[in-house]
Amino acid sequence: MDFIYKALQEVQNFTLLSVRAVTNLFRSPRYFQDTLIQMDAIGVGSLAIIILTGFFTGGVLALQSANSLKAFGAVNLTGQLVSLSLIRELGPVLSALMVAGRVGSGIASQLGSMVVTEQVDAMRALGTDPSKKLVTPRVIACVTTLPLLTVLADLFGLLGGWIVSFYKLNLNTNLYWTTALRAIDYNDALEGLVKPIFFGFIVGMVGCYRGLSTTGGTRGVGEATTRAVVTASILVIVADFFLTKVLQDLRY
Amino acid sequence: MIRFENVTKTFGQERVLDDFSMSLQPAETKVILGGGGSGKSTILKMVLGLVKPDRGRVYVDGEDITEVTEDDLMPMRKQIGMVFQEGALFDFLTVGQNVGYRLLEESRYARDEIDSMVRQVLGFVGLEHTADMMPSELSGGMRRRVGIARALVGKPRIVLYDEPTAGLDPITSRTISELIMKLRDLEGVTSILVTHDLTTAMILASEIATVDDEGQTRFRREDGEFCLINTRFVMLKDGRVIFEGPDEKLREFDDQWVKEFLD
Repeated sequence: MDFIYKALQEVQNFTLLSVRAVTNLFRSPRYFQDTLIQMDAIGVGSLAIIILTGFFTGGVLALQSANSLKAFGAVNLTGQLVSLSLIRELGPVLSALMVAGRVGSGIASQLGSMVVTEQVDAMRALGTDPSKKLVTPRVIACVTTLPLLTVLADLFGLLGGWIVSFYKLNLNTNLYWTTALRAIDYNDALEGLVKPIFFGFIVGMVGCYRGLSTTGGTRGVGEATTRAVVTASILVIVADFFLTKVLQDLRY
Repeated sequence: MIRFENVTKTFGQERVLDDFSMSLQPAETKVILGGGGSGKSTILKMVLGLVKPDRGRVYVDGEDITEVTEDDLMPMRKQIGMVFQEGALFDFLTVGQNVGYRLLEESRYARDEIDSMVRQVLGFVGLEHTADMMPSELSGGMRRRVGIARALVGKPRIVLYDEPTAGLDPITSRTISELIMKLRDLEGVTSILVTHDLTTAMILASEIATVDDEGQTRFRREDGEFCLINTRFVMLKDGRVIFEGPDEKLREFDDQWVKEFLD
């Protein structure tokens, strides 16, 4: 019983913080500068890992699919397979997981250490609402930059797929890009852009929530960080399933 | 000015405050003594509304703040300065920005106005030269003093100190005690000070800050001038008040635990 009670309480607190983070958008003061700083830290800071992730995922997709496609004599469809899997699924999910690992943990440990050194209390004592100053800017930054990062991951993934197709599978460059780009329609692109918005929200909110609910000194910060990454990653994967289902039902 | 009425608070299984009552007159200083984990810091956080009591009421300036929402507490908090245990300085801001944080947030003042106010309070704690440094570059004692400076910006009428001298060397402790006395005797600030450091507590209860003819601040001992100093002790044990009164009475107080604590 105690476990269920605690779980419900966590859900309640998380929901309350999320509602606050969103409604803060409509209440002053707003912290534009903090938001820009966070966008720089989260967006620009994640460029390298996102590019690498995208590039090698695209490459490995081409390698793997070529094998299966060979059985049907359809190796020339490699581009299509790479672009569809990347843009609909792997781009958004892998980017979100990478960002959860890098940014979610960063947010949780930063806010967590602010909690244990009483900086969050000090902030409240000085008349600033931490949900406005700390949470909302980070969540906005995650929600806005993750879609952009995902597009970048998709692009570099296609590039990685092309390199493998060209040098390893000896596919025609034109053929690769034509099949890759033709395969994607408006709905695919939309799906690939809607998902990261939700994922960004999850990663940012979970990081902030875990960080702000840190207890128990320095060890607590470590725990909060681990929990932030684990919770965010699982939520991203679960949300991906439901989002895919909903978006499929909404097609046309 | 501040009043606690039968306040009870539990964290998990532990009851940190049990039917705790206390009241402060304007310009009075209360020194709350007690061992670690006896709910002393919780008292300070309740004055600011950072922690809500489970039962009982807290009044600040005659106003019941027990059930006031976080948003409505913000204006009230502006009149109260709090000095946190380790300073709790924001590590992403410079010392100057930390001290001027409240003013920068309010966006009511011009940049150079803020600068001069910040320089003034930093001068008060003797750290004018640190304005552009980061908190991580300061020593523990300096961080406490910056914490005091930050609490003083905007001239609050109430200042709360959470273990201002814990873990500091005697000389730095003395400097901080003198700052507290200056605020109490020269500025008429109402304050609650939480500590387990008896030396600091005794200095505060037996010395007084005055300004001599040359405008220099002098500290002199009360020397038998009983009750000259508006400082009272409150002794906490297991979340309950076991003693309240001036330092002279505390020494005479006949209780095994208090005697052990004083030794």
